[in-house]
Amino acid sequence: MTTDARATRLTTRISVALHRRPRLRLALLLGLPMLWVVGVYGGSLIALLSQSFFSLDDFSGTVDHTLTLDTWGDLFTDSNISIAIRTTLMATAVTIGSAIIAFPIAYYAVRYAGKRLRALFFVLILIPLWSSYLVRVYSWKLILAREGILFWFIDKLHLNVLLDAALATPVIGGPSLSASALGQFIVFVYIWLPYMILPIHAALDRVPRSYLEASADLGARPIQTFRTVTWPLAIPGIAAGSIFTFSLTLGDYIIPTIIGDSSPFVGLAIYSYQGVAGNLPLAAAFTFFPIVIMGIYLYIARRAGAFEAL
Amino acid sequence: MSERRHLGLQVSTWAVIGFLHIPILIVFLYAFTTESSAFTFPPPGFTLDWFGVAWNNGDVRDAMWLSMRVAATATAIALVMGSMAAAAVWRRRFFGREAVSLFIVLPIALPGIVTGIALRSAISIGGIPFSFWTIVIGHATFAVAIAYNNVVARMRRTSTSLLEASADLGANGWQTFRHVLLPQIRPALIAGGMLAFALSFDEIIVTTFTAGNQQTLPIWMFSSLVRPRQRPITNVVALAVVAITFIPIVLATRLTRGSEGQA
Repeated sequence: MTTDARATRLTTRISVALHRRPRLRLALLLGLPMLWVVGVYGGSLIALLSQSFFSLDDFSGTVDHTLTLDTWGDLFTDSNISIAIRTTLMATAVTIGSAIIAFPIAYYAVRYAGKRLRALFFVLILIPLWSSYLVRVYSWKLILAREGILFWFIDKLHLNVLLDAALATPVIGGPSLSASALGQFIVFVYIWLPYMILPIHAALDRVPRSYLEASADLGARPIQTFRTVTWPLAIPGIAAGSIFTFSLTLGDYIIPTIIGDSSPFVGLAIYSYQGVAGNLPLAAAFTFFPIVIMGIYLYIARRAGAFEAL
Repeated sequence: MSERRHLGLQVSTWAVIGFLHIPILIVFLYAFTTESSAFTFPPPGFTLDWFGVAWNNGDVRDAMWLSMRVAATATAIALVMGSMAAAAVWRRRFFGREAVSLFIVLPIALPGIVTGIALRSAISIGGIPFSFWTIVIGHATFAVAIAYNNVVARMRRTSTSLLEASADLGANGWQTFRHVLLPQIRPALIAGGMLAFALSFDEIIVTTFTAGNQQTLPIWMFSSLVRPRQRPITNVVALAVVAITFIPIVLATRLTRGSEGQA
């Protein structure tokens, strides 16, 4: 009892002292978290930048810690630039594909589904997002494999001709679906689709009913209302969703490793430069590509109003 | 005309939902197949044997144990630091407040690979040996952002008049924290903690750069996908990973939803 009272007296004294010194209280609260984010994370970002000004010693295979621009020179080779271009094209295709698939489902949920059905949709979209990312990629390995489930269905439905034609197409085709850009595209869209549906859903949900009624009262046909009212108000949602699909595709290296024709992506290049090649300086410089591409993308997205929709 | 368009929308909506869910169910299906080397569909038979085999695999058990410890430690760090930072920006305006909140959420805004390679650079330059703690530091960095987001959202909805009333009644700062503020933010702490745990347990991109030769469960899975060895075990592990990440998140959303209803 007495120790309790003494403890209370002590905490009271401390809290009064802290109350009189708000700056000290702020420093105590923020000190540790700031040490972490600025010290550990900020420090790491600086280390990343400085690493790119070091170079790899070709003889010993170790990092030479003298400052040089050689690594940046190595960065802009044709093969590295083509990796960046191919990744950007895939990210663009995935973003457009996701938007095309996501829009109708978000539109249906907001406009036609009842209250209970909407809540159900919401959970059904979130469940895949909550399930393990790696497992979901893995599931497509099972589906797209030669002896796998998709081929079984295609065979039963006698659609082999269509599949063979798709696989014979240059650029998107390949020896099988799991070893083609087409298969890669399907998996990327599958994995990031919920990130596109949710912001579009949120944007459409915010369109006031009265706007639609006003449009109808003024004699607009449904298609005109859609084109002039709903669609412009949905664009910020699409832009917001596209930030996720674009950025996530740009930085991913798991999907290109497991699915596809093993042509390198930006993430894969960074991963293999630092791992197999042991060239951490070049890997660090390579992050320049996604950072700059994302910077440009965010600038465009902000002008499309994406940040108001987040 | 409009009826038919409606029907088309309805069908495509359910098709998309099927597209999102069937692959996960397929992984579950394959965890029970009797086949040990191929992915033949339909599976020739069903068995529970692989669960025992996976459990008796030392690599899998070690990886699972490492993942559990990393996730628990990163979550604990995240809850303490995230709450402190949230409390700091909650009631006071100070110079650099916006910068503080931006910097805390930066690790989840940048692509995982940038965070990963940045930490890897620091480890390399600092000559730090890879250990349990290098993995934890990577995970805690994004877990702090998640905890912070949850707690700060909850605090914004907490009225400061309760704290003032507590002070007026003679409670000191610690008593006010324990008996007034903590019960208010507890759902956010639990939800944020579970989310952080689940994401840490599933995280692979940042881990790859900070783990060295250590194997967390996702790293074990990834390496067994790149070089397929024991497919049946991989299927069982996949099922376990979904269960371990899924259950805390479901509980977390139920908690936050329930508390919003009361507020």
